[in-house]
Amino acid sequence: MAPALNKAGDSRGSAPSRQICENPQIAPSGQGIECMGKTSPEALLICEYCDTVYRRRTLTRGEVAHCLCCQAVLERHHGLSVNAMLALVMTAMVVFVQANVWPIVTLGLNGQYSSATLWGTIIQMWQQQAQVVSVLAAATLFFFPLFKMMSLGWLLWFARQGRRAPGFVRIMVTLHYIGPWTMSEVFVLGALVAIVKARIYFDVVADPGIYAYAVLTLLITIFASVDLRLLWDVTTPETAI
Amino acid sequence: MSALPRAADLGLISCHVCGLVCRAAADDAGRDGEVACPRCGSVLHRRKPASYARTWALLIAAFLMYIPANVLPIMRTASLNDIDDNTILSGVVELWVKGSPDLAVIVFTASIVVPMLKFLVMAVLLISSRFRSNWALPQRAKLFRLVELIGYWSMLDVFVVALLTALVRFNLLSLVEPLPGVIFFGLTVVLTMLASMSFDPRLIWDGRDTND
Ligand SMILES: [Zn+2]
Ligand SMILES: [Zn+2]
Repeated sequence: MAPALNKAGDSRGSAPSRQICENPQIAPSGQGIECMGKTSPEALLICEYCDTVYRRRTLTRGEVAHCLCCQAVLERHHGLSVNAMLALVMTAMVVFVQANVWPIVTLGLNGQYSSATLWGTIIQMWQQQAQVVSVLAAATLFFFPLFKMMSLGWLLWFARQGRRAPGFVRIMVTLHYIGPWTMSEVFVLGALVAIVKARIYFDVVADPGIYAYAVLTLLITIFASVDLRLLWDVTTPETAI
Repeated sequence: MSALPRAADLGLISCHVCGLVCRAAADDAGRDGEVACPRCGSVLHRRKPASYARTWALLIAAFLMYIPANVLPIMRTASLNDIDDNTILSGVVELWVKGSPDLAVIVFTASIVVPMLKFLVMAVLLISSRFRSNWALPQRAKLFRLVELIGYWSMLDVFVVALLTALVRFNLLSLVEPLPGVIFFGLTVVLTMLASMSFDPRLIWDGRDTND
């Protein structure tokens, strides 16, 4: 099916009229756009990778809208309700506490045991003149994931009633910027490599305690498929001051 | 597919932060950076500001960090009767020879292939977009998304060194210490991530023939 095209008059009138694509994956056909000025901004969607404009359409279960131009994912159907997401965030918080309390790996050598927790690792790196690494680990493995979970919990709690939590805008902007800087899943793989290396160099017995982290990684993966921008759409700003 | 309308041509801007579609600022001079998104308050830009300059600067800085990261040892292992300084590459070789080759492949990919690929892809994207090349547009777009997706896995070796340092402290004779290489490597990863974030993938498409 070829994309149907509709003329869209330019409201400024200075430029020649352009066309708005009715992407069959995005827009119901037969619904032309008469004038850009009358189209509410929420009805449009712009591919953030190539700047192509689409008309938004409600997606059905499991549907993923791809950009016709660059194949990037435009929008996915979010199968999780706000309540389900809130439950997941709370689970993630419990697991996060576990992951921080229990040792990640325990090594044994001639009856001696030595284990490392996340904070033990961060403090060690600080004391060993590798403060840069220490700060990186603290930020990407502790503070950012923690902030992400806490603020998501906060936002979702209010979103259950379709409301915007106090500080909604500021939190959403912060979440956007820290998004790429959480690295728990890399840490899980790092722990596996560390175990193997410890065996090579020191002939030790290793006991991985990273199960909590493995679960956390799974939860993070589920969250990664959710576009948090939907929180802008499911909530309405409170006009009362 | 040249008929697909683009936001820049329609006088629309999508907010970088929240994705809201906004009407471009009224000035026809094409200036931006003065209007804030009505929904989240971020400053609206048609393209990320100074994308070429920033990305080049960060990429070159990352490359300068990458040289000492590879030349200098990243970790010292001291056991009963020998002291051994490891670079990134020698660590991979050791894993391959003594441990598990599959993990060696993973570490090699994360620490060497991914950063190299990132330098190469970003440089190619910057140059080809600057010359408004029409060459392999969908492939270049895909490459950018790949690089963006896998970039942070390079942090793997940094975490391995950190964990081993914290773990192996049995007595004075068996311990692990971080060496300066690991700091440079951590900085390389951060800088390459910042570089790919400051690159605007829409620039790839901006050279496309506009006389449709
Ligand atoms: Zn696109
Ligand atoms: Zn915005």
